[in-house]
Amino acid sequence: MSPRRIETGGRIDRLRTIRFTFDGTPYTGHAGDTLASALLANGVTLFGRSFKYHRPRGLLSAGVEEPNALVTVLRGEVREPNIAATMVEIYDGLVAVSQNRFPSLAWDVNAINQLGGKLLSAGFYYKTFMGPVFGPLKGTRFWMFCEHFIRRAAGLGKAGIAADTSRYERMNAFCDVLVVGSGPAGLSAAKTAADQGARVILAELDPRFGGSANWSGETIDGAPAADWAARTVSQLEGHDTVRLLPRTTVWGYYDGNTLAALERVTDHKEVPGKGEPRHRYWAIRAKTVVLATGSFERPLVFPGNDRPGVMLAHAAERYANDYGVLPGDRIALFTNNDSAYRSALALKKAGAAIVAIVDVRPEPSSEMRSLATEAEAEILSGHAVVATEGGKALSGLKVQRFDMNSGLLSGDARSIHADCLLMSGGWSPTIHLASQAGARAEWNPARQAFLPPKPTQQRWIGAGAFNGSFSTVEAITEGRGAGLSSAGGASAPAALPDVEAAPGDPNPAPVFEIKAKGKSFVDFQHDVTAEDVRLAHREGFVSVEHLKRYTTLGMATDQGKNSNVPGLAIMAEALGKPIPEVGTTRFRPPYSAVSIGSLAAERFGDLKPERLTPMHDWHLANGATMYSAGLWFRPMIYGLAGETIEQAYVREAKATRESAGIVDVSTLGKIAVQGPDAAEFLDRVYTNMFSTLAVGKARYGLMLREDGLAFDDGTTWRLGEQDFLMTTTTANAGKVMQHLEYFLDVIWPELKVHVTSVTDEWAGAAIGGPKARAILAACVTGTAVDNTTLPFMGIVHGQIAGVPVMICRLSFSGEMAFEVYSGAGYGTHVWEALIEAGKPFGLVTYGLEALGTMRIEKGHVTGAEIDGRTTARDLHLDWMLSKKKPFIGSAMMDREGLIAPDRLQLVGLVSLDNLPLNGGAHIVAELDETNPHDSLGHITACCYSPALGKHIALALVEGGKARHGTRAFVSDPLRKRFGPVEIVSNHFYDPDGSRMHG
Amino acid sequence: MLITCPYCGPRDVIEFTYQGDGNRERPQPNSQDLDAWNAYVYDRLNPAGDHNEIWQHSGGCRTHLRMVRNTVTHEISSTGFARGDHNAVARHKEGGKS
Ligand SMILES: [Zn+2]
Repeated sequence: MSPRRIETGGRIDRLRTIRFTFDGTPYTGHAGDTLASALLANGVTLFGRSFKYHRPRGLLSAGVEEPNALVTVLRGEVREPNIAATMVEIYDGLVAVSQNRFPSLAWDVNAINQLGGKLLSAGFYYKTFMGPVFGPLKGTRFWMFCEHFIRRAAGLGKAGIAADTSRYERMNAFCDVLVVGSGPAGLSAAKTAADQGARVILAELDPRFGGSANWSGETIDGAPAADWAARTVSQLEGHDTVRLLPRTTVWGYYDGNTLAALERVTDHKEVPGKGEPRHRYWAIRAKTVVLATGSFERPLVFPGNDRPGVMLAHAAERYANDYGVLPGDRIALFTNNDSAYRSALALKKAGAAIVAIVDVRPEPSSEMRSLATEAEAEILSGHAVVATEGGKALSGLKVQRFDMNSGLLSGDARSIHADCLLMSGGWSPTIHLASQAGARAEWNPARQAFLPPKPTQQRWIGAGAFNGSFSTVEAITEGRGAGLSSAGGASAPAALPDVEAAPGDPNPAPVFEIKAKGKSFVDFQHDVTAEDVRLAHREGFVSVEHLKRYTTLGMATDQGKNSNVPGLAIMAEALGKPIPEVGTTRFRPPYSAVSIGSLAAERFGDLKPERLTPMHDWHLANGATMYSAGLWFRPMIYGLAGETIEQAYVREAKATRESAGIVDVSTLGKIAVQGPDAAEFLDRVYTNMFSTLAVGKARYGLMLREDGLAFDDGTTWRLGEQDFLMTTTTANAGKVMQHLEYFLDVIWPELKVHVTSVTDEWAGAAIGGPKARAILAACVTGTAVDNTTLPFMGIVHGQIAGVPVMICRLSFSGEMAFEVYSGAGYGTHVWEALIEAGKPFGLVTYGLEALGTMRIEKGHVTGAEIDGRTTARDLHLDWMLSKKKPFIGSAMMDREGLIAPDRLQLVGLVSLDNLPLNGGAHIVAELDETNPHDSLGHITACCYSPALGKHIALALVEGGKARHGTRAFVSDPLRKRFGPVEIVSNHFYDPDGSRMHG
Repeated sequence: MLITCPYCGPRDVIEFTYQGDGNRERPQPNSQDLDAWNAYVYDRLNPAGDHNEIWQHSGGCRTHLRMVRNTVTHEISSTGFARGDHNAVARHKEGGKS
């Protein structure tokens, strides 16, 4: 048996041994242990080092609020840092390591910072680094110099670089009543609501339902509280309208009574079950929420309160009663309230010796005195702890007489030998979700705590300790009431629950801090001391929000769960104001850390949707390397054995220009624009005319945004008098569709037009090159494809291999080219027929790289140039701006700034040193490699041009056209590419279009 | 946030796309009044409170809604078709330019 494990008691399974490692040392624990309880059972006292001073730190708590014992959990190469050891359930093979220590947890060189405490007081970073530059090593520049070293010394866990291979899931759920928290209040609420027939979701952040019933040692309705809880849970399981969510943290409360929760599905398992996600994100829409989230015990602020072995009182009680672990053999308690007496008795019963109960109050009640007698503990009333002793574990403490009205200490210090000191500074209801829901917390002077007020915008009901009702009787009674009214039931006089519990006054003495010599910590993780808070006050920080930012109080991973109220109390005293006037912080989501993976869920990894063209499988079977473009997958190249990407696309482009090539263009956006006013609508949407387009012809069109900048381009085909097929760029298909719908629905509802997205209905293949027409002639039936029947921009209908097709003669490659559209289901059939017909003509398949190469050679624009900053004129498309009609963007496109001569304009570049150019590289008039400056523009697209035998690029360059024929330089300091280029027209290849017009 | 589409009923906000300030008035297509165009394209009220907005039920029937949403509480006090030829339209209710 481990040194601190009790032989009986707790809810761990002593028959099941679990092996794990911490900092490389193997340990064992039992099923039901957390990493914290298992290590504590093994006698481990040192769990981490503090953020700033690298002080040794042990466990403070047993729950989600733990600020000290943060660990990194490793699964293979994947590391997850900053998890509280109190929240990690152990499993066989668990590997955990401590954080913020160098070289090891026990010997940390940075602990020297403790000696330099003055140096690192509140605001140290701001004062030293954020000022103006006076000398060479001061102010902001000094910070930039030191940042690297400081970040290394003062850090939490390191994030890994290995990709997270886990799956995450998102679920939507609806219920009448969402109960958050499953202590006696939450369980009673869930049970009562379920009995009324309500659809109930019960969320509990721990693995086991029951909350404090699991470790209180109380008796409810004649049974041990834990048994009562188990019985209630099994009754809930019997309802098919109840969903029980263990290991689930409700972390966000949003409008419309929508709550966000994180379910940790497999973190506690050695191997996840088949198909199980690691985490599940729940979006729960509840008619009513019952907040039964309990409360946190507060630490007391006194010198040495951070030493390993100093712990919250109820946490020790829980370690003993829930996990069968005693945190010490000789335990002392330090309290300002009655609840610690109950803890003392529980630990006595578990086998510890209670050496003293140090109570700041002068006169503990007779009930408390009899509890202390039962625990065989001496009460030191009107005393306070003024120091603790020991290194990596506690060896003792010093107490002095204390007057709680004046806060003054007197008399000689007395030493007490103890290996564990428990503190209780009163209780703070866990009001985070209510605060998120818009309610402003109210200070209750009796409870010395912020209590939730009445709900404002959202429908929630509080119950139990959340309301400041700390006894189990109150919890059950309020829980039942909340369950009943949330389920819409009439209040029936239920018999009071029969609870046997230790007595106690819920109101603590208003003592938060003992002022004595030494560091007294308020925020343990961020090393904020009481003196830091006062220093902030002396320096003029009066608002809580400023205080937080200046001292970093409450900004650690526990988000002030431990430090908020003590910090406020100290600030209030310094200001000479009552606590409610100093104010509290509004809590924001998330309540505790949420994995990014769970938020991404199905938008990431194997659940992310993919869009595949009808010919996708053919591409894969024929050697295509696929490229993901948005959700689409498109062939990048069809590489031959041993070819590089560049060799492949050069071969594909060259063969297309020499004989013929075919490319899958099914991803182009396709929108059917139909109706009596379709032509009129297109005239308004496009910069050029479409009402004059003859049936059976296509036209290239350009759209602007309302602000006059270029939006999208594509061809639109007139299939009938009232029937157009619009094509858009792949990337903008959705945006153009919404643009059209918006104008039809909101601006021009009088137009009789219907738009339908038909992108997925058509398979498209573009076939181009000198032999393209011959290939079509060989396989198309039902129509001729000669120049008369199918002129440039003409459309014909025919068949290929028995399937109806629509063919439009248009060109993106600059060759004589045709787009062949068929029903999507016949895409591969038609594609294969075209490939077969092309064999005698040397037809090649080509991918996006060759497509891009040929469009750069032709100087066509795409999304890289239509980037939301360029106008039609910038792209030399002003010939498309009709003067005969207004269109979207026409009123704004001629504004001064949009027609200025020094705007970036589209040009071509030719590399003069025969080296490749880079996308994004800057263009400069004079080369200065050491101090790049005065950019004239940048490269938008580049390639090796097989047609020209040169490295070329498209670029946007200041006053572009006027620079044709001049020399400039590319300046790309990141990739160290500098070199001369010639600025030319963007039409590199066949500028008069003789090849495509044939 | 729950938005009630006049066609589809109450649906989660995830199905909708915000399509801008509902107070914008597009000048006549032929208008040369650059100030009016500028106001239409760029001027926004950005109130803390009720606001006229256009939303599209993009993950549903794709209709455009005109609605009044409180930017502080997300409370939606009225919804209707943006086309304006069905139910009551909130265009000139509070939340707009007077
Ligand atoms: Zn709808």
